Amino acid sequence: MTIPAAWYLILAALLFGVGAFGVVTRRSALIMFMCIELMLNAVNLTFVTFARTMSDIGGQTTVFFVMVVAAAEVTVGLGIVVAVFRRRASTSVDELSELQG
Amino acid sequence: MIAATATLRVSIHYLVILPVLIFFGASLLLLIASAMWRRTMPTWVATSTTVATSLAVLVVTYFQWRGLDKSGVSTTVAHAVVLDGFSVVATAVIAVSLGLAALVAHDWAIRENVRGPEYQILALASTAGAVLMTQANDLVVIFLGLEILSLGLYVLVAIDRRKTVSAEAALKYFILGGFASAVFIYGAALVYGATGSTNLSSISYFLGSNVLLKPGLLYAGGALLLVGFAFKIAAVPFHMWSPDVYEGAPTPVTGFMASIVKVGAFAALIRVMISGLGTQLATWRPILWVLIVLTTVIGAALALPQRNAKRLLAYSSINHAGFILVGVWAGTARGSAATLFYLATYAPTVVATFAIVTLMGGLGDERHSLESYRGLARRQPWLGASLAVLLLSQLGAPLTTGFYAKYAVLASAIDASGTILALIVLLSAAIAASFYLRWTVVLYAEPDGDMEMSRVVVPRATGLAIGLGVAMTLLFGIWPGPLATLAQHATLYFTP
Repeated sequence: MTIPAAWYLILAALLFGVGAFGVVTRRSALIMFMCIELMLNAVNLTFVTFARTMSDIGGQTTVFFVMVVAAAEVTVGLGIVVAVFRRRASTSVDELSELQG
Repeated sequence: MIAATATLRVSIHYLVILPVLIFFGASLLLLIASAMWRRTMPTWVATSTTVATSLAVLVVTYFQWRGLDKSGVSTTVAHAVVLDGFSVVATAVIAVSLGLAALVAHDWAIRENVRGPEYQILALASTAGAVLMTQANDLVVIFLGLEILSLGLYVLVAIDRRKTVSAEAALKYFILGGFASAVFIYGAALVYGATGSTNLSSISYFLGSNVLLKPGLLYAGGALLLVGFAFKIAAVPFHMWSPDVYEGAPTPVTGFMASIVKVGAFAALIRVMISGLGTQLATWRPILWVLIVLTTVIGAALALPQRNAKRLLAYSSINHAGFILVGVWAGTARGSAATLFYLATYAPTVVATFAIVTLMGGLGDERHSLESYRGLARRQPWLGASLAVLLLSQLGAPLTTGFYAKYAVLASAIDASGTILALIVLLSAAIAASFYLRWTVVLYAEPDGDMEMSRVVVPRATGLAIGLGVAMTLLFGIWPGPLATLAQHATLYFTP
């Protein structure tokens, strides 16, 4: 029994939605950060699914680019989170009050 | 047999990607050199490397332009990177902006004691990303360019580690920027699913030769791409981050962001919209229409109550983003040329403006209230007059570049039967005029007796950057012909 491609796409869309919802609603910088990674992985799943249904290698190679970018984002992002944490001992964005929003 | 080996050989046309290679190579070279340097690398070494790199890229763009006359548009790396007139001119604009921004950052780094070559290394790497965006002919390459541009910039915003406000701005920028990138690449994935390719030429070919029975996937993908771009260019309603980040970032970095990010993002946006999704013009135009109206009017209206120079300029740049979008909305060659002209003139103007704001910020980069500009032109006529010219150019006053730039985009919109849009945008320019004029009047106002104002020292490098910015603003304002012709020629050589 094969699982239809549409299911993967729906799963990816749901994952992306969960990630986007998390970025908008959560207040911890680290969790917001994890949500962005979730969104990127949903994108990867979408690319792979389309690549399989179209038998096209292009979509699968794209996944590697997205993974590398995600890893680079982690490096920079964690650096910034650490820089903020050193000053505040908190990563909640609610306490970032220097800027008026 | 011979044919088989010939197809296996991957040929890369290096002249096409030379600007990207030069910028990124210079960044790596500085990085290695600074590691080998016995002590901290002097700031002037890094700055002169950046300026020399910018000049080198300008020379390369000249040869690329000459090559275009002979052999026309070319693509390389599996048609993912393109060399056309549009990308050449946009690359030249980016190189000029980087050179000016580097000069401003030099004096800022000395004043704030931010030693070492980190600023220039990151700025060069970011610029490589922006140039890649102007040349990208593939959604994935645009994404890579966007990320190379952004990752360097997140760090640049937080480069002054002693300032809490900068770190917070960086975190905010990073989270919203990462979110926007994820939205963008999801849009690319959906477009890939709908059309079978991420290559803009292939997408365009597919959409031109097929009728999509269920275009939902394509529309969703296109909308997500547009949202990703709207975040990057700070179009309303995706602009919330920009005033905070502009305010929190060190002022030279703000100038860098306002110029180079805009050029890169708009160049990629034009390519996606016109050469990728050009067949869907009727679908995306109304969306862009709403986006432009919101961006120009709200950007101008929110700028009115601002009392901080950097926040005011942030809202002003939102208003400008709306103007530049008008040229994209037109969807014609004339519109693209107008957009290119706008970018080419806006970028140096805004770098020079932020150069003066950097100087006025004083030690600690904190004196940014509009009140501190009171009577500047009386104390220092040259500096005051320069700022006045730059502000009037952003307002769109005649004899400055802003006038012709605004005229060109509006004319292209009216050409494409967008008279109502042009009128609304013009109205927003009238709102925007009030705060530019108010600031200019403050410059020439009588200084308050009780306020002790010291003269601002203008260091040589920053002075040069301001001088060049003002000179370009006036030169191409009085005599826009050559640059306008160049922009028109540039769009003739558009992607096949």
